[in-house]
Amino acid sequence: MASNLKNFYQHIFAASFFAVTLVCCTVTAWAQTESATGSGSTASAESDNSPTALINSEISNAWNDHGVKPSPVEEDGKWCRRVYLDVLGRIPSIAELDAFIKDKSKDKREKLVEKILNDPNYTEEYAANWSTVWTNVLIGRNGGMEDDTLISREGMMKYLRDSFARNKPYDRMVYELVTATGTTKPGTDKFNGASNFLVMKVNEEMAVQATAAVSKVFLGLQVQCTQCHNHPFNQWKQQKFWEFNAFFRQSRALRRFVPGGRDIDHAELIDQDFAGEGGQPSEAEIFYQLRNGLTKVAFPVFVDGTEIGKSGFVSEVNRRLELGKLVLQSEFLPKMAVNRMWSHFMGYGFTRPIDDLGPHNPSSHPELLEKLGVEFKKASYDNKALIKWIVLSQPYQLSSRAIKDNQKDDPASGESPKFTHFYTRQMQAEQLYQSLVVVAGSNASRGTLEQQQQQRDMWLRQFVIAFGTDEGDEATTFNGTIPQALMMFNGELVQKATSLDKGSWLKQLADAPTKNQEKVNQLFLVGLARKARADELAVSVKLLQAREGKVDEMLQDMWWAILNSNEFIINH
Amino acid sequence: MMPSFLTPTGMTRRHFMKHLAGASAMLGSSLALGHSLRVHADDLKKSKKSAILLWMGGGPSTMDLWDLKPGAITGGPFQQISTTGDMQISEHLPMMAKQMHHMSIVRSMSTREADHNRGRYYMHTGYVPNPNIEYPSYGSVLAHELMHQRPELEIPPFISVGGASEGPGFLGMAWAPFTVSSNGRIRNLEMQLNEKRLIQRMSALDLIETGFISQQRGSAAEDHRKVLKKTLDLMTSAQMQAFRVEQEPEAVQERYGKNNFGQGCLMARRLVESGVPFVEVDLGGWDNHSDIFNTLKDDRLPVLDRAMSALIEDLAQRELINDTAVLWMGEFSRTPNINADTGRDHWARAWSVVAGGGGIKGGTAVGETNEDGTSVITEPYSSEDLMATVCKALGISLETTYTSKSGRPMKIANSGKIIQGLLS
Repeated sequence: MASNLKNFYQHIFAASFFAVTLVCCTVTAWAQTESATGSGSTASAESDNSPTALINSEISNAWNDHGVKPSPVEEDGKWCRRVYLDVLGRIPSIAELDAFIKDKSKDKREKLVEKILNDPNYTEEYAANWSTVWTNVLIGRNGGMEDDTLISREGMMKYLRDSFARNKPYDRMVYELVTATGTTKPGTDKFNGASNFLVMKVNEEMAVQATAAVSKVFLGLQVQCTQCHNHPFNQWKQQKFWEFNAFFRQSRALRRFVPGGRDIDHAELIDQDFAGEGGQPSEAEIFYQLRNGLTKVAFPVFVDGTEIGKSGFVSEVNRRLELGKLVLQSEFLPKMAVNRMWSHFMGYGFTRPIDDLGPHNPSSHPELLEKLGVEFKKASYDNKALIKWIVLSQPYQLSSRAIKDNQKDDPASGESPKFTHFYTRQMQAEQLYQSLVVVAGSNASRGTLEQQQQQRDMWLRQFVIAFGTDEGDEATTFNGTIPQALMMFNGELVQKATSLDKGSWLKQLADAPTKNQEKVNQLFLVGLARKARADELAVSVKLLQAREGKVDEMLQDMWWAILNSNEFIINH
Repeated sequence: MMPSFLTPTGMTRRHFMKHLAGASAMLGSSLALGHSLRVHADDLKKSKKSAILLWMGGGPSTMDLWDLKPGAITGGPFQQISTTGDMQISEHLPMMAKQMHHMSIVRSMSTREADHNRGRYYMHTGYVPNPNIEYPSYGSVLAHELMHQRPELEIPPFISVGGASEGPGFLGMAWAPFTVSSNGRIRNLEMQLNEKRLIQRMSALDLIETGFISQQRGSAAEDHRKVLKKTLDLMTSAQMQAFRVEQEPEAVQERYGKNNFGQGCLMARRLVESGVPFVEVDLGGWDNHSDIFNTLKDDRLPVLDRAMSALIEDLAQRELINDTAVLWMGEFSRTPNINADTGRDHWARAWSVVAGGGGIKGGTAVGETNEDGTSVITEPYSSEDLMATVCKALGISLETTYTSKSGRPMKIANSGKIIQGLLS
């Protein structure tokens, strides 16, 4: 059945027309394939030719080559916390943690991964988390937040949530993002949330941003420097940049105004006939300047040298649709996807930065990257399968504690990563928020996931600084800074999470008929996925004295301390 | 004339420290909070060197500001005016023209990075981006080197007003820029509970914190603790008054300009006065791919002219100018060629930066570009050279060497050479 569908899929792309109704059909069909491949490819460390086994052998070969040894396997509680953070974007609840720790079966780790990936109870959260991750990749943390923006952040997230909820194949998603037309805002006629990716990138400066983003995000090719000159360290030449750029020149973003007003309500991304800069639509060329002032001509040519028709008439050649097809055939598509996913879970990708796969930038495990890309493609670009391979692989099981035999494996010092132990990292701002709001029972109004995401994005704005360039560069001040520490000390979010209001989690815990020591242990389990140590319990006793015997206030103090600790905010 | 400013003294911190001592004894905390109050009066009088970087995000067209080519086909419409220094500058910088005896122009900057991100990184660090190592920015380096001159400093030594600046790289998060907006309001600064209880909570926190550090799970754990310490210092410090620009007399605020950059420059002066060794103030909006001349004349240059001239005048009046280096630069400049949208695009091959104060000679123009501004015809200078010159002026040895986490030695200012004309 799978192969039939594959043929069908290729057939669709071969067709010169690409009607909207057909897209809908394929999507539904693909949702079915997913579940078929999903159950068939259960990754197991034991079966020798599984992609997980491939990861294990390639990674351990490299350990031998470099004379390093892996850390022991991480204890269950910490591992469980890690998986929830990386897959669902939040820490596990006490019930979830408990269930996992108490499970005595041998394959409990496989079972947990299976559950949070495929149990319908988790679908919404899974989709919300990956939509968050990908929204930041596609439009940045600031996208849709500016005053004069054409982007609907809500529209982008809606599209991505829907895509991840039905486990849309990755290549399908890329195709839709690259070729999207339609309006940006949910609820408008012709709404297509995917259009938000390119809507701000096609109008400005001759679609230079669209060129750079599509090549970087999906193909791992860094071309932005070659816009103006041949780059000394990059295989890309200036000609190639403009040939790639030519694919976007039929595309325009049109502003749609609030009825009767002058404020922009939303935008529509369209493809229209391109007359060419020489005024000949049947051979619509673009011009660019060499540094010495010479003017040169470019037509659409893909990175691998494939040319398409030169016509600027959309009815003859729809340049973005052609580009979409070429991107799907590129060897860089699966490699880039695998590299991004690997880095998400392992803390470092096979290359640095992860979205530069050019030959000038050697990878730490070239064969593994290559083979994993092939496997991902073979698995019909099933995101959940890829996640499972990585999360169940040996390196992801390892403790984050370095041992004597792998202390030198420290990528933070510039060494290429060997993945001998789990590399710790700060939670992302979104993970922190989600952990505090959803799990730790802050009294923040819950609302729908959609509303939560909007509230979260408002809160996030305090940590985003835009550089104010045309390229929309931005930085975050969240990562381990004083503003972050101040927010954790005094901010509203933590105040709510530590509130003793009626019905709050802390209040309920305080009122429960268990011993104080048990209550303190609960705090540590929720926050840090471990029980309190003896010295920590001793401090809680002293705090209880200082609070004149008020258990709820003592718990509040301890919970505040836990939330503000490095052990809480560092994913380990 | 600007009225004098007195650093307010408060009891908050001392009060806090006293409580802390008591609570620590009770709970046996090991978290050493803040600096001990052992600063001698003598230390406070010693000269303290500082630097202020005026960062022009987007890449300003320096041939329309500091190195004009009137009459050249690339020259644009602006004319030159005389200054109090030995050079001419744009007619749209009339207030700066009266301060140029304090400042010099380096007209022979020639760099290679014409992409915003790469250029910003390079001009902030003296290194081109390298995926395997994160170099510390100038702000982190200078703060690190000048910190010993001010043991009494309780607020962060590297403050970035209105922009993100660049990070501390391998020096660690303790040297990261503390970013604030120019209104000086700092989020979440207000303590939500009484000091006694905060201190007791800190004791519990410290136990968890140190326990985790001892498990060898990477350097982020230790960094986190350092930042916690700095945060506590800051929450309880009377020096936080330095951020309160609104305490300045109305006339002073107006002299700097009542806009983000103007108030940011005013804050920079207050911070330097309070002992902060490095302050960066951001003014964006220089990425002028279209309609450049109107944008400069009507918008960017009036803001810049007012604020920068006020800052220099103010530093001079307060006799801070000899200890405070002031630098003006962006990530690169813009093409001499004027494009079809009456804009200029990115250009790094020939451009200018401005420097003065802190022992840097004022009133001269170093280096030259050719008649249409496309290339440098005297010795070219780089980001490293500029950094080396500023270090030298501030008394920091150019032999200072750091060791990155991988053991790689890194010389301060990436072995840049001194820009001779800038030092006497």
